[in-house]
Amino acid sequence: MLLSGADIVVKTLIEQGTDVVFGYPGGQIIDVYDSLYKYESEIKHVLSAHEQGAAHAADGYARATGKVGVVIATSGPGATNLVTGIATAHLDSVPMVAITGNVKSTQIGSDSFQELDITGVTLPITKHNYFVSDVKKLADTIREAFKLAKSGRPGPVLVDIPKDIQMAKCEFEPQEKVSAYEKFAAKDIRIQEAAEVINQSEKPFIYFGGGVLAGDAKEEMLALAEKIDAPISSSMMGISCVETNHPRYLGMQGMHGNFCATVTMQNADCIIALGVRFNDRVIGNKDKFAQNIKIVHVDIDGSELFKTVNETNSLRGDVKLTLKKLIPLLKEAKHPEWNKKVNKLREKEKSEKDAREGMTPDNILSLVNEYKKDSTPVATDVGQHQMWSAQKLTFTKNRKFISSGGLGTMGFGLGAAIGAYFGTGERTVLITGDGSFGMNLTELATAVTYGVPIVILIMNNGVLGMVRQWQTLFFDKHYSNTVLDRKTDFVAVAKAFGADGAKCETLEETKDALKKAFSHNGPFVIDCKIDKDEFVFPMLPPGGTANDIIVKVGE
Amino acid sequence: MERYILAVLVRNQFGVLNRVTSMFRRRQFNISALTVSETESNEFSRITVTFDGDEQNEQQLINQLYKLPDVCSIRELHKEDAVSCELVLIKMENNPAFRDDILTAAKAFEAKTVDYSREAIVFQLTADSLKIDEFINLMRDYTILEICRTGRVSLEKGGTTIRNVTNL
Repeated sequence: MLLSGADIVVKTLIEQGTDVVFGYPGGQIIDVYDSLYKYESEIKHVLSAHEQGAAHAADGYARATGKVGVVIATSGPGATNLVTGIATAHLDSVPMVAITGNVKSTQIGSDSFQELDITGVTLPITKHNYFVSDVKKLADTIREAFKLAKSGRPGPVLVDIPKDIQMAKCEFEPQEKVSAYEKFAAKDIRIQEAAEVINQSEKPFIYFGGGVLAGDAKEEMLALAEKIDAPISSSMMGISCVETNHPRYLGMQGMHGNFCATVTMQNADCIIALGVRFNDRVIGNKDKFAQNIKIVHVDIDGSELFKTVNETNSLRGDVKLTLKKLIPLLKEAKHPEWNKKVNKLREKEKSEKDAREGMTPDNILSLVNEYKKDSTPVATDVGQHQMWSAQKLTFTKNRKFISSGGLGTMGFGLGAAIGAYFGTGERTVLITGDGSFGMNLTELATAVTYGVPIVILIMNNGVLGMVRQWQTLFFDKHYSNTVLDRKTDFVAVAKAFGADGAKCETLEETKDALKKAFSHNGPFVIDCKIDKDEFVFPMLPPGGTANDIIVKVGE
Repeated sequence: MERYILAVLVRNQFGVLNRVTSMFRRRQFNISALTVSETESNEFSRITVTFDGDEQNEQQLINQLYKLPDVCSIRELHKEDAVSCELVLIKMENNPAFRDDILTAAKAFEAKTVDYSREAIVFQLTADSLKIDEFINLMRDYTILEICRTGRVSLEKGGTTIRNVTNL
């Protein structure tokens, strides 16, 4: 059939299985919006308040479902407003397709109104991007974008389409949904070498991340842990992949990870790293990390291998397929001494749990754990509340913890929560801070308009808590620009946007508010007052090692 | 630090050189020379990268290159298995006091005189990069007006071609 470029964009999105897109219209994408109007029974468009919110929503949708998230924006400022959202998805390997309009081909390069070289701008923060200069290539370009976004290590891809290409006509034939490039296991010889190393280990340890989630390798990883009798811990990106109370799971690793997890990794004689990248927030000082510990690293992205740490075995391949080949080569092992030591440390950690009463982060999040269901996605923003959430929330199902890891984007949460709702149809929780929430709270308008049920819990301490914590510990309490002390009334703000909310100064009030929020039809803001000097502990100081972990103030 | 030479076959598309060099810049690879041109097929361009680093840098550079969808194939070229050369144009001041010295040196290096005027002499030399360095060094004793060199181009010896190796 003969269609306009704009129609081809929308038809190709539908063909690729897209049921909902997030975006914001504008002059150079108006043709695509006309097509969205035409095909609205086949594809839903969610209008955000700001393009950044739409990008985070597409990201949240993708994280919650595993499907490709799609965001649409106009040229110039519309496109630049996507940048933080695209970069967030890029650092966390989230499959996303961003579609932007641009000025007519004949005007490109002339600094015309709202013209911007967005393929140039997004070059370092996309897996790949395209500038479409021929309507005949439009459909295939979008298909290739989907294929790339979900293949190998997933990530965002941008397609920039000039206005005249949107208007031009071309024959269109619908095709099958594209599949990802075929997955492959690591080379047999590499697997054999790794098996020999693991078989010699007396104190094996599994450290996994987002790659196990993306590669759907949880079962294989747990089978590996059983066979070699190893404890497991994850990076932040791995949270919710394994149930929090799994007997082998020690929790999160790293700067604010569980004490037991971080120390155990350093005490192991062999670390089996699956779909992780040994980020500085995990390992601290890379020169002192895991000295004399064998490291077996499996990753689909070859550039992550041997990038940060000295590895004994580097296996490039899909983690699921590679583990399937690796496990039969391993000897069934039991390491009672090792696991006894690990469990002792774990018990110690549990016994030192924060036992204070009142509005502590621990107590507030315990209440959230009571109210949320197994199927509830929880999004966070970035800062102290994010680390508390990563440490204390409990999960039984994967893709339920939605948080900006690599880029650490404050203002990510609300958009992401909206996207997660549209992906799952589930009431969603957002744990945020007063700083982060203040960044993109305009998306409350979106949530209200679409009746999105989100329980928004603000841990309001009146300060930029994480930076303040660093200032307390490392900058002689010079609280430079971290005391907000704003007069913002978040409940009044919520009401002004047409949402509801409650201010809470006690746990009782918080409980009542949560009860209300979890049955409320639409977004509900719970403004929880917490102390400005609550800290996130344990803390592995930047550039430190497991020996430097701070567990209390004054240490 | 070692010197490495990589031949990179890329899709001959608008902006591909920018994608490759942007990656080098943002990951801070130490590139000393880079050449690019169309190949026997107009579908592909060939980039020759010369860079300094250790083995880990080299592996990282190759892995990062492979992540660019426009990169089709990469070949590491070892000195002993490859033929390499470079071209330089060097414009010298035509000073009667040194003219003979300059011409003698050029002759010794088998550099061609490609332009001769009252003010200047332009030499062209095609040789191994090291030899070109030496020639330029020698010319520094006199007055160099301008230099333009292409950077190294390399091909593997024998029948193997870069297109035998494909992007996984």
